[in-house]
Amino acid sequence: MTTGKPHDRVDGRAKVTGQARYAGEFSAPDLVHGVVVTTAIARGKIVRIDAAEALALPGVLQVFTHENAPRLAWRDRSWRDMVAPGGSPLRPLHDAEIQFSGQPVALVVAESFELARHAAGLVVVVVEAAPHQTRLAEVEAEAHEPARGKKGYTPPPKPRGRADEALAAAPVRVEATYEHPALHHNPMEPHATTVVVEADGNLTIHDKTQGVGNSRDYVCKVFGLSTDQVRVVTPFVGGGFGSGLRPQYQLFLAVLAARELRRSVRVVLTRQQMFTLGYRPWTRQRVALGAERDGSLRALVHEAVGNTSRFEDYCENVVPWSGVLYECPNTRLEYGVAPLDLYTPIDARAPGAVTGLWALESAIDELADALDLDPLALRLRNYAEEDQDHRRPFSSKALRDCYREGAARFGWHRRSRAPRSMRAGPLQIGWGMATGIWEAQQAPSQAKALLTADGRLHVASASGEIGPGTYTIMSQIAAEQLGLPIAAVRFELGDTALPPAMIQGGSATASSVGSAVLAVCKALQHSLLKLAQTMPDSPFAGRGLDDVVFLDRGLRLRSGTADAVPIAAIMRHAGLGSLAEQATAIPDMARQSRYTSNAHSAVFVEVAVDEALGTVTVKRVVSAVAGGRILNPKTARSQILGGVVWGIGMALEEHSMLDHGLGRFVNHNLGEYHVPVHADVPEIDVLFVEERDDVVNPLGVKGLGEIGIVGVAAAIANAVFHATGRRIRELPITLDKLL
Amino acid sequence: MNPFGYTRAGDVAEAVRTAASDGAAQFIAGGTNLVDLMKERITAPSRLIDITRLPLRAVESLPDGGLKIGALVSNHDLAYHPEVVARYPLLSQAILAGASPQLRNMASTGGNLLQRTRCYYFYDAALPCNKRAPGSGCPALAGVNRIHAILGASEQCIAVHPSDMCVALAALAATVHVTGPAGSRTIEFAAFHRLPGDTPERDTNLQPGELVTAVELPRQGFAAHASYLKVRDRHSYAFALVSVAAALELEDGKIAEARLALGGVAHKPWRDPTAEDLLRGRSPDDALFARVGEHLVRDARGRGHNDFKIALVRRAVVRALQQAVAGGSQA
Repeated sequence: MTTGKPHDRVDGRAKVTGQARYAGEFSAPDLVHGVVVTTAIARGKIVRIDAAEALALPGVLQVFTHENAPRLAWRDRSWRDMVAPGGSPLRPLHDAEIQFSGQPVALVVAESFELARHAAGLVVVVVEAAPHQTRLAEVEAEAHEPARGKKGYTPPPKPRGRADEALAAAPVRVEATYEHPALHHNPMEPHATTVVVEADGNLTIHDKTQGVGNSRDYVCKVFGLSTDQVRVVTPFVGGGFGSGLRPQYQLFLAVLAARELRRSVRVVLTRQQMFTLGYRPWTRQRVALGAERDGSLRALVHEAVGNTSRFEDYCENVVPWSGVLYECPNTRLEYGVAPLDLYTPIDARAPGAVTGLWALESAIDELADALDLDPLALRLRNYAEEDQDHRRPFSSKALRDCYREGAARFGWHRRSRAPRSMRAGPLQIGWGMATGIWEAQQAPSQAKALLTADGRLHVASASGEIGPGTYTIMSQIAAEQLGLPIAAVRFELGDTALPPAMIQGGSATASSVGSAVLAVCKALQHSLLKLAQTMPDSPFAGRGLDDVVFLDRGLRLRSGTADAVPIAAIMRHAGLGSLAEQATAIPDMARQSRYTSNAHSAVFVEVAVDEALGTVTVKRVVSAVAGGRILNPKTARSQILGGVVWGIGMALEEHSMLDHGLGRFVNHNLGEYHVPVHADVPEIDVLFVEERDDVVNPLGVKGLGEIGIVGVAAAIANAVFHATGRRIRELPITLDKLL
Repeated sequence: MNPFGYTRAGDVAEAVRTAASDGAAQFIAGGTNLVDLMKERITAPSRLIDITRLPLRAVESLPDGGLKIGALVSNHDLAYHPEVVARYPLLSQAILAGASPQLRNMASTGGNLLQRTRCYYFYDAALPCNKRAPGSGCPALAGVNRIHAILGASEQCIAVHPSDMCVALAALAATVHVTGPAGSRTIEFAAFHRLPGDTPERDTNLQPGELVTAVELPRQGFAAHASYLKVRDRHSYAFALVSVAAALELEDGKIAEARLALGGVAHKPWRDPTAEDLLRGRSPDDALFARVGEHLVRDARGRGHNDFKIALVRRAVVRALQQAVAGGSQA
């Protein structure tokens, strides 16, 4: 078996030696450079743009603004990408209207990057500001159901029972409001696009994107091009976390400039400009829980309002998790979006679940405290054995094992119940835990494969590699199916010339693209078996794929003593130099829709709090994950580590700070937008519990990109409460909140 | 980034002469702050005068027992210099509490004195800022001012000085050696940096063309009882919300000499000699330390988001003094 083993990344060497090329690293002989000019007002209009001084510099080719940009697609539909929410997407340089601070208003293109940057500083943008609103509390009353259109968004389920009455009648109640600020993704690689104008005028575009097909289709629709005129090639992405799901404005600007100037163009955003893209929305949530004195939940109310922009209704699944995670007869879940004069938010790792579970799992901890019950015992008391909202079973749910194995690894039984009861020298110690949940999904994807007589296999699909280890696990799957060493397999991705794959997001790549790779390899198996059966005295006559195994570059009967037949011999006998297949993996909806499929986790955290100074140190984390079958324990662990680290950031540090007077995020750099550094990250113990699931997809995987972060913020906040007796309901938990 | 000229200075005289002849020129050593400022269009020097070849890299023991540190000694080399580690651990601790190893390798002693505030508004050329564009206004006053000053601020500017090293140098009563068109002079550390007043664009009292050549430490290094406490939003690579340099000389259970300086609270490293007077001659105890903390913030004013710094100073002062008494480094 090749899957299930901790393989090193097959692309690791390319990455650490700089061979792996990212969107901003491609070049062309005729390359010129674009630098974006943005505005600093949150709402209003451009009165005039004076680019004369910039244009006067030798080497500056053009300053594109709304005044000289060509008329492009008219309908909103053409600007809406595959995962756009409902509304009217941003049209950069379209008109004089300013809709958010940081909106791009000009692109300066010059022969060198340095010159373009200098010239960008000389462009004078005269604006007329209009009143703006960036305070969520001020617009909460305007919260509404999001406009339809966003893929993957599910409105909250209908209420079960009578939650408010049950809440009023419950012997024990807790109710509180939880809030976290807007959070930017801050991938290491800034957004960048290099547009190469080919000799025939076609465009080869290297775009930082999680979906090459999404970027291609967007460019085609907006600029009125056909898909054979545009090819998007993105072999590596330096972290996406959702920020690359939608085409971002540098793609539009680079293509615009390339078409107008008939030159290859590169546009790379600055770190500061990364704060002008989407973000995890600022969200306020109210959770009310009612329980019997034994801890049985009687009522659960979860209401959430997240911000969106004035022009699109970004939405995410914040509250549905609260209906599915715990057994409760009376639930009411509500979700709305409220517009602010900011750019539209965008999915950020585990969108919705991170938000909802932060509130729900804090509230469960508050209930445990009110009941004087162990928080883990309370969760087990209300463990849901089926999906009550959809009245269907779980395809698998090893959450109980996460709780048990995670608690054992952490030593949870040694926790003393009362807050402020554990100390280490001058420090207060707190132990907290929380649950995580994410949906296991599969989306249609295709793959092709070419097996050559020398025993090498090339498999390809237009998927992405945003860092999870896609190259590696796809290579493992293919190698295993055909009994080849992993070194004999080359997996190719990130190119619209390849068979289409789902956008890389939602933890569904292993499931979706992996299933396509599996399917194409099964097709090769089938062909090889057929060919093998034509060989003289074939031991495979009358046998099916179930009767054979591919092992050590050969084919053999599963039972019996017959010798293996090398793949090379089969192809030689058939007179074939190569064998090609293409396959599509489509979810078995008839079967999958009868079940609810989720990945789960249990996160245990120890914090130490220096109460005099308010500082919190995360001392250790145990994350126990039920994510179905684990294809590569090494890259899987890395996925969870990254999620936990981001969870630490969300809990304690991260905050896109809004100046409401200016309507602008002001800490827009990595010096002042704090993400965890090594000194903030303790030993993180990741364990995967055994979970078999033959419903989710043919591979039995659930995806790991999201689950690692879900619940971490609540676990830390709960640990801080246990340490200090102080319940912090507004993230991040910075020291001023504990003084 | 604007186009700029470049001159490599062969000696101090040439560097100073070049600077004096071009008012918009700036010296560059490690460049860890200046290059960022140029990229962000916060500053646009007409010319960079590269001083990295000047002979200012020595750390010399002086006959009077002091230590003279060349302006080009890197933060790394200074923090780990045996004389500094042994005799001025407060300085070593403070340097190591700042930046990252990569930055400390590049950053110079003189440059550390001259690094500029990390105020969000100062760093965003699209916004008003009295320090960057005098008279344009200060959005921090009514804006996001979590990291801003509680002491010595003005209605023109509430930015704070970002250095850790300078807080220790203030406590140690260092002297800054400078050479300018009018010759060489020394500046007491307390008089080197300025409060913003009506001229927040001026961080220091350096005169045009003056080059920092050395920093001199007096003999007294407080090696036995010194502590640099830095309180910040993460455990490394963040500027101080509040920092305290505390140094004591204990004799027969009494405080014979005391030094206290605060970082993260004002436009300059904040040293208040009257707080030190409260300590001198007394027995160290928590109640005394609490009174000193209280005294230090007697004129403090919060601006909203940074109100917490007032309470934090009180507590951090107590902790730093406790650690100094114990002779230890930062917890």
